[in-house]
Amino acid sequence: MFDFSIITNWIHDFLGSTLGMAPWLVTTVECVLIGVGLLLAYALLALFYIYFERKVCAAFQCRLGPNRVGPMGLLQSFADMFKILIKELITLKHTDKFLFALAPYLVIVASVLAFACLPWGNGLQIINFNIGIFFLIAVSSIGVLGILLAGWSSNNKFTLIGAMRSGAQMVSYELSIGLVMITMVVFSGTMSISGIVEAQRDTWFIFSAHLPAWIAFIIYLIAGTAETNRGPFDLPEAESELTAGYHTEYSGIHFGFYYLAEYLNLFIVGGVASLMFLGGWMPLHINGWEGFNHVMDYIPSVVWFLGKSIFITFIIIWFKWTFPRLRIDQLLTLEWKYLLPISMVNLVFMTLCVVNGWHF
Amino acid sequence: MPYEAWKDNEAIEKLVKELQDSGANVLVGSLDKLINWGRSNSLWPLTFATSCCGIEFVSLGAARFDMARFGWEVARASPRQADFIMVAGTIVNRMAPVLRRLYDQLAEPKYVIACGSCAISGGPFRKSYHVARGIEDIVPVDVYVPGCPPRPEAMIYGIMQLSRKIKVERFFGGRNRQERQTEFFKDHPLD
Amino acid sequence: MAQLQEKIAKLFPQATFEEADVLTINIADAQLHDLAATLRDDKDLSFDYLMTIVGMDWQKELGCVYFLNSTTHGTTVSIKVTTADRDNPMLHSVSDLWAVAGIYEREVYDFFGIIFINNMDMRRLFLSVDWVGYPLRKDYDANPELNPVSIENERQLDTTDMWLEGPNGKIEKKTRPIFQKDDFVVNIGPQHPATHGVLRFRTAIDGETIKKIDVYMGYIHRGVEKLSEGLTYQQTLHFMDRLDYFSAHNYHHGLCMLYEKAAGIEVPKRAQYIRVIMDELSRIASHCLFIGTYCMDLGATTMLFYTLRVREQILDIMDKTCGARMTFNYDVIGGVMADLDPDFVKDVKELLAVVPKNIKEYNKIFTGNVIAKGRMNGIGVLSREDAISYAITGPSGRASGWACDVRKTDPYSIYPELNFEQVIMTEGDSMARFKCRVAEIQQSADIIAQIIDKIPEGEICAKVPKVLKLPVGHWYQVVEGCRGVFALYLESDGTTKPYRLKIAPPCLPLAGVVDHITEGQKIADLITIGGSLDYIVPDMDR
Repeated sequence: MFDFSIITNWIHDFLGSTLGMAPWLVTTVECVLIGVGLLLAYALLALFYIYFERKVCAAFQCRLGPNRVGPMGLLQSFADMFKILIKELITLKHTDKFLFALAPYLVIVASVLAFACLPWGNGLQIINFNIGIFFLIAVSSIGVLGILLAGWSSNNKFTLIGAMRSGAQMVSYELSIGLVMITMVVFSGTMSISGIVEAQRDTWFIFSAHLPAWIAFIIYLIAGTAETNRGPFDLPEAESELTAGYHTEYSGIHFGFYYLAEYLNLFIVGGVASLMFLGGWMPLHINGWEGFNHVMDYIPSVVWFLGKSIFITFIIIWFKWTFPRLRIDQLLTLEWKYLLPISMVNLVFMTLCVVNGWHF
Repeated sequence: MPYEAWKDNEAIEKLVKELQDSGANVLVGSLDKLINWGRSNSLWPLTFATSCCGIEFVSLGAARFDMARFGWEVARASPRQADFIMVAGTIVNRMAPVLRRLYDQLAEPKYVIACGSCAISGGPFRKSYHVARGIEDIVPVDVYVPGCPPRPEAMIYGIMQLSRKIKVERFFGGRNRQERQTEFFKDHPLD
Repeated sequence: MAQLQEKIAKLFPQATFEEADVLTINIADAQLHDLAATLRDDKDLSFDYLMTIVGMDWQKELGCVYFLNSTTHGTTVSIKVTTADRDNPMLHSVSDLWAVAGIYEREVYDFFGIIFINNMDMRRLFLSVDWVGYPLRKDYDANPELNPVSIENERQLDTTDMWLEGPNGKIEKKTRPIFQKDDFVVNIGPQHPATHGVLRFRTAIDGETIKKIDVYMGYIHRGVEKLSEGLTYQQTLHFMDRLDYFSAHNYHHGLCMLYEKAAGIEVPKRAQYIRVIMDELSRIASHCLFIGTYCMDLGATTMLFYTLRVREQILDIMDKTCGARMTFNYDVIGGVMADLDPDFVKDVKELLAVVPKNIKEYNKIFTGNVIAKGRMNGIGVLSREDAISYAITGPSGRASGWACDVRKTDPYSIYPELNFEQVIMTEGDSMARFKCRVAEIQQSADIIAQIIDKIPEGEICAKVPKVLKLPVGHWYQVVEGCRGVFALYLESDGTTKPYRLKIAPPCLPLAGVVDHITEGQKIADLITIGGSLDYIVPDMDR
C-alpha cells in the first residue's frame, strides 16, 4: 500500500532543508498548502455530489438528468456555481445584518473542520490527535448554530420555524450519533482517528464487532441522515411546508454555502461511517486469503476511502428519493423513544462483548 | 428583427455570435463568456404556477420531457434563489401585486417568461373584469411562449431562447438589460 | 314531486311553486329560515345537503336560488328568494343550518352585494376589500379605471363585518376580529408549493399546532360566469376546460348536457359512449396526478414521476383524438367534436393493461410505507355528517362514508347501463381519501373495459344550429367531476346568450372545510390534509 506520508515528508524536508526556511515559516507554508488543498477538495467534492445526486435521483425517476452542459452533463454543477458566485446578495431590511451574514460562514466552517478530520488515505490525514473523534463531534455540532442564527436573523416566520425544527432535530440526533461513536470507541479502545483505522487493518469493525456494530451502523445511518437534514428528515427545509426553510431569505453565494455544506455534510457522514465501520481507507482483507488481500492492497487507499464514503452516501440519497417526510413529532419520537434507548443498550452490549472477548 | 428570422436557427446563432463579438476586448470578453456560460446553463425556475400552464410545467419536469437534461430542474420555492419566473397561468388583479413582489424578491440577474396566452394578453379571459391583460405592465418580460397551454416542447424552446438571450448579455460594460429595468421601474413605480 | 309540494304547501301556505326539471319553491325572505330548517329536519324530507346557492339579478329584483338535495331520498328541490331593495339588499342566512352556506353566501355577497343577516363572516370572497361594485349585477360598471390592475399590495382587513338580527327584529352591523390579539399568524400562500395553486391561508399557530386557518381565495378569479353572459352558448363551452383542467371532459359533458336538456337535443349513442370513456380516462389521469403531487407534498418526490407515466400515456390518447394535451374542447352541444382516432381502442386497451400493475407499484412504494401510514392515518378526520354539512363531495366525501357519486345517485348518459359500485370508505381520514382515489382509478379502468369494445357505430354529433337559441326558462344539471359534484344552473331569457350561468364547482366547499379539519393538527398536517382534499384553485375561484 502506498504511503502518502512519503510525499508529505518530502515536502516538509524540501521546505525545511532544501530551501532552508525557518521552522515557523515551514509550518505556515504547509498550513497554507493544506488549506488550499482542503478547500479545493471540498469544493470539488461538493460539486461532484450535486451532480451525483441529480444523476442518481434522475435514475430513480426514470429520467436522464443533466446531460447537456459538458460531456454527460459533468459541468452542470460548475455552471451552477459560477452563476451563484455572481448572483446578487440581497440585503434585507429589519434584520440583524451581522448575524445574517455570519450564519452561512458558521455552517461552512463547521463542515470544513469536520471534513479535515477524515482519514483520506494511508498517511494522508490532516488533523490527527488522540481525541480525534471527540473533536469531530464537537466541530460538526457548530453547524446547528449557523442554522439557528440564519432562521432567527432572517426576520421571517418560515425561516424561524425551520430553524427551530432544525435545532430540535440536530440536537436530538447528535445524542444518537455520539452514543454510536462511543460504542465504536469502546470497541477500538482509542479515540484517535488514525488509531481506529489502524485497528481495522485485519478486519473491519462491521465484521469483527458483529451484532452490536450492525445495530450501531443502522442507527448511525438513520441519525446521520437526520443530522444532514436530508429526506426523509428534511423538515427544516421541507419545501412543501416552509418554502425553503431556514435559508429562504438567502440568495447568491450565501445560499451557495448552505447548498455546498449540505452536500459536504453528506460526504462527512459517509466518511465517518466508513471510518468507524468500514475501516476508513483500509482495504478489504479476509483472513487466510493471502492472494485476495494482496490484490486488494493494490487499490490506492484514497480510492478505498472515497469509494466507501460514496457508497454510503448513495444509500442516504436513495432514502431521500424513496421515503416520504416525517412529521416533527414523529421525528422526535423516533429519536427519543427508539434510537436513543436502543443505542444506550447497545453501548452496554458492546462493553460486555469487549470485556468478555465475544468478538473476532 | 423580421418575424421570419425566428424560424431560422442558423441566422439567430449568427446574430448571437455577432452580438457577442462586437466591441469586446479579449480579457473582458472571455470573462463575459465564462459568466454567460454559467448563467445560461444554470437557469433555476421559481415554482410559480397559477393555472393550467402550471400543470404542463409539471409535465415538463417529468420523465417524458425531463427539463433536468438542461439543468433547469432545480426549482426553488424561494424567489431569492431562483433565476427566472415562468409566469404559467392567468394573472388576475388580486395576484398582480403578488407577482410584482415575487419579481422584486428575485436576485439579479432575473428573467421572466410569460407562458401561455393568459400571461401574454389575458387569453380567453381578456374581457373579464378581474384579469390583467398581459403581464408586461406588471413585470418586464424576456420571452413570450404562446399557447393555451403551450406544449412542454414549446416551453423547452422558450427557456432555450432565454438561455440564448443571456448569452449576448454583458456583465462588464454593456449592461443593457439593467438599464432597461430601471427604465421599466420609472414607468411602473412601486409606490 | 307532487307529494313533496303538497306537504310543503300545508306547512307554508304562502309558498308558491314552479315546476321545472327541479321543483322550485318561491318563498318570502321572512320565512326562508323556517322553510329551510323544516326541509332539513323533517324526517320525510331531510334535505341535508345544500348543493349550491345561486345569486341572481333579475333587473327589478335581486335574489337567490338554493338547491337542496336529500341524501336519504335522493330528491332535489330549489328555493327561490327575492328582494326588491337594490341599494341595500338583505336576506336571511342559512349558514347555521348548513356549514357550507357560510362560504356560498360570501360568494353571493361578493358578486351581488346581497347581505346575509346572521352570517358571522360577511367579507368579500374572491375580490379584494376595495373592489368597487358587484360584478355579476347586470348594471355593473366594467370600466377598468374603477378597478385598475394595481401593483401595490392590497389592503388587508383583520376584522370581519356581520349583520345580526336582535330579538326585536332590528338589524345591527357589528365587527369582530378574525384572529385573537396574541395569535402568531403565519401567511401561507398565495405562492407556495403546497397550496396547489394560488390559495392563501392565514394560519394562527401555537408552536407547530394550528389554531385557526383563514382561507383567502380569488387569486385566480377570472370571472367566468360574467364572461359567459356575453358569449353565445357554444362559445361558453371552452371555459370548462380551464376551470378544473383535470376534469375538462367531465365539465364539458355537464355543460353540454345542460344545453341539450334545455334545447331538447338527443345525443347520438356513439357520442355518449365516447363522452363516458373520455370522462373516465380523465378521471384516471386526474387521480394519477393527485397521487403524484400528494406524495410529493409528503416528501416522496419520486412517486410523481411514476404516476405521470400513466398520465402521459392517457394524454397521448387524448392528443390523438382531441388534438390537445389539456384544453381539449372536445364535447360540443349535441355530441363530440371529432371522431375517434383509428388507434383509439388499441391504445386504451394498452393503457388498461398497465393500470393494475401501476396501482400495485404505487401501493408497494407508498401506501404500505410506515412513514406514509404515520403521516396519513387518523389525520384530518371528517365525519359523514360534517361531510354532508360542508358539502364535501367526490372521493373526499366518499372517504367519509357518504355515497355521493352522481353517476349512481342521479345517473346520466349511459351510466345506468354500466355495472360498477361506488367506492365508499368509512374512516374519513387522509389515508381513506388517498385510498379512495387509488380505488377509483381501478374503478374507472373497469368501466372503460366494459364499454371499450361496445362503442356503437353511427353519428358523433346531432344536428345543432350554429348559433343555439334556448327558450325562456331555467335548468339545472349535475355531473360527477373528478373532484366531486359539479353543478350548473342556467337561466335563459330566450336569446342566444345565457342570462345567467352559475357554475358550482366541487372545490369551493373543499376550501371551506380546511379550517374545520385542521384545527389542533400540526403544520405538516395542513399539507397532508390540503393535499388529500385535492382542490384545484382555478376551479374554486372560477
